[in-house]
Amino acid sequence: MMDTFVMRHLPALLIATPLFAAFLMPLVGNAGRTVRSAWVFLGALLTSAIGLALAWKVLATGTVLYVFGAATTQQALPPDAAFPIRIMFQVDALSALMAVIVSLSSLGITIYSLAAESKQSGLETFYAMLFLLIAGVLGMVVTGDLFNFFVFLEISSLAGAALVAYRVDDGVAVEAGLKYALLSTVGALAVLTAIGILFAQYNALNLASLAARLQFTALDKVALVLLAVPLAMKCGAVPMHFWTPDTYTTAPSSVTAFLVVSSQASLYALFRILFTLYGHLVQFSWATFGWFLIVLGVLSMFIGVTMAIPQKDVKRLMAYHAVSQTGYMLLGVGVGLAVLGNAEALKTYGKTAMAGGLFHIINHAMYKGLLFLTAGAIFLRTGTRNLNRLGGLGHTMPWTMVFFMIGALAIAGVPPFNGFASKLLIYESVFRFSPFLSIIAMVVSILTLASFVKVFHSMFLGPPRAEFAEAREVPAPMFIGMALLALFVVVAGLMPQPFIDHLISPAVDALVDRSGYIAAILGGR
Amino acid sequence: MKMTKIVRTTADVFYPFCLVFGLYVVIHGHLTPGGGFQGGAVMATGAALLIVAHAYEDITGRIRKTAMKILEAIGLLTFLFAGLSGILFHRPFMANWMAQTGKLFGNTVAHGPNPGDLNTAGLLPLLNVGVGIEVLGGLTVILLYMLSGIKEEKKP
Amino acid sequence: MMTLLLLKLPYFTVVVLTLLGLAAMVFKKNLIKILMGLSLMESAVNLFLVATGYRMGGVAPIFTNAPSPHMTLPTVQALTLTSIVIGVATSAMMLSFAMVIYKKYGTVDSQKVKKLKG
Repeated sequence: MMDTFVMRHLPALLIATPLFAAFLMPLVGNAGRTVRSAWVFLGALLTSAIGLALAWKVLATGTVLYVFGAATTQQALPPDAAFPIRIMFQVDALSALMAVIVSLSSLGITIYSLAAESKQSGLETFYAMLFLLIAGVLGMVVTGDLFNFFVFLEISSLAGAALVAYRVDDGVAVEAGLKYALLSTVGALAVLTAIGILFAQYNALNLASLAARLQFTALDKVALVLLAVPLAMKCGAVPMHFWTPDTYTTAPSSVTAFLVVSSQASLYALFRILFTLYGHLVQFSWATFGWFLIVLGVLSMFIGVTMAIPQKDVKRLMAYHAVSQTGYMLLGVGVGLAVLGNAEALKTYGKTAMAGGLFHIINHAMYKGLLFLTAGAIFLRTGTRNLNRLGGLGHTMPWTMVFFMIGALAIAGVPPFNGFASKLLIYESVFRFSPFLSIIAMVVSILTLASFVKVFHSMFLGPPRAEFAEAREVPAPMFIGMALLALFVVVAGLMPQPFIDHLISPAVDALVDRSGYIAAILGGR
Repeated sequence: MKMTKIVRTTADVFYPFCLVFGLYVVIHGHLTPGGGFQGGAVMATGAALLIVAHAYEDITGRIRKTAMKILEAIGLLTFLFAGLSGILFHRPFMANWMAQTGKLFGNTVAHGPNPGDLNTAGLLPLLNVGVGIEVLGGLTVILLYMLSGIKEEKKP
Repeated sequence: MMTLLLLKLPYFTVVVLTLLGLAAMVFKKNLIKILMGLSLMESAVNLFLVATGYRMGGVAPIFTNAPSPHMTLPTVQALTLTSIVIGVATSAMMLSFAMVIYKKYGTVDSQKVKKLKG
């Protein structure tokens, strides 16, 4: 009885649980450290469990619909109207994939932060903001309503900016937070304008019913630009990537690891808008949309990695690599979008390319999160992020070294780690689309490997240094947090096929199956 | 920075009226323009009035930061639980299960022009009250943080 | 002609407000003025939303006061209210950031606030 009751309300509980954890934090914070840590752990564990259960339910039974405030959770259309007026969550396989990503990484990151941030003051605000960020990102990926998406986007941006500025750090962190908040707000205003344009024409905010009504007028093109550009900015694609290094560098490492996930939620939204909302508009041709993503992707890959190589600050270097890896996802899905109209090409390599891109999202969240967490562990023990000053840490922090190695080999696409599994899919399929693009992707991978070999050498190898003699292994919660992510990196690298079959392929089908998304609401009308 | 006695006394007199008016806007949120956010903002204006008229140091005893934070949490939790209460009645999250039951806030609204009945609209007044408390707490905390930096201006 | 102009007036205002806000954000160096520009743009978007919701001859959807059952759907007004509330939170947070920056750097000139190197 209890589990069916919970299972029925999973989408609402998915948002309500982190919100509840966040709202109660000021009260729990007064009860002392142990209670607060237990509360944070419980909140993160419950949120992740609900996220995974929801994903399992979606993959087992198909799209889950949750209509807020209606007579039943499934009543998408009110009895006296032919169009949906209520806010609803529509969780298809793609949303389920994103929910899995957020659940897994938020659990690892929260456990890590219990030890990593324990020396800071004002922790109840920190955790309240962290849970708000988690709720915002989860909301972005499950909502089926355009305005609701805007609200969750703003929640995640504001909470993210507050977390970036959380360690004031002589004002540098606040500067980065202000930068992030300004850009996010301008972007969100553009999104809101686009929503206004679409609503004024079609009287709908629901993604499915908007997609069914879209006529592709000149105004719709304006709206598309106003939606796509801010979202591409939020996911850190190259012409608009300038905020990522500052933000990722100054934020506490646990927050940085989660900001990566939050930027991927924007990536999800970009794909959702291109494939579902603007999907059927052949007049503009698929190739144009597809090449938009491909060009963004190639630029991000190449410029990201070339900017990363000369960096001296380890987190800044990793931030540029994050930009570069985002390029792979854009490239994979872009190739899929470019051949969407061509059923033959879609079947032979288009879907594989998209599977590679989507698989890379989850892999990237795990290994990049792991890398940022190891950088945070090193910063905690040595107090510096400067590569020229670090060295010889392999003697004192062997486990951190192992985790860094796993993350670095995964990001460089070395078998048998998960980065290789998704990159192989991308190389193979993109090669059949355009060999040149595939070669660029491989070259970027080699450059990434070179860059991380250099980092590994300067941080961990060499004789033990006197100034870091005090450095020792990280506390248990940080170890567990990193081990969780590392475990996923290794398991998904050794056995990628079950992940591809049960998680990624349904997501690809959901992304392509636009009419199915609409029919789930409008019932084939 | 302390203002003159006239200003301080006026602020003291106005403060309860600000709160009462804000509360009125909150409670009549489902009948008249306004609602939780607007009413909460009016109430927080009262706090702003006190902080501006008196010195920041003198006011922290009357308006406590921790109390306001707890108020904020209570307001948010009220909102969340009002939403969750729908689930207990086998309806979706935020379902308005209290409307038109004849009990608390459960009267049916009469058709045609009428002055309005406070005892209607079901869940909405509860949500308004939750938001009102939250906004009062939240905005006051923000004001306290921002106005704590005001220093005595140097006399030329 | 005149009515048409009056009907389009809000949109002109939206454009003017957006351009003013954008100009303030791009050309001003004071952080507070940049944030004021952002606020202006927010108001422009809110005005745009409300303007799209206007219907000729529509009745305000206040149930107890409407003379007829034909009322406008107040969705855009709800959107605008939500966006205003979000705007308050954004402005409050960014102004606090500006205050912290002033405390740490002693200036709010965006040309001098540059410890971050890219």
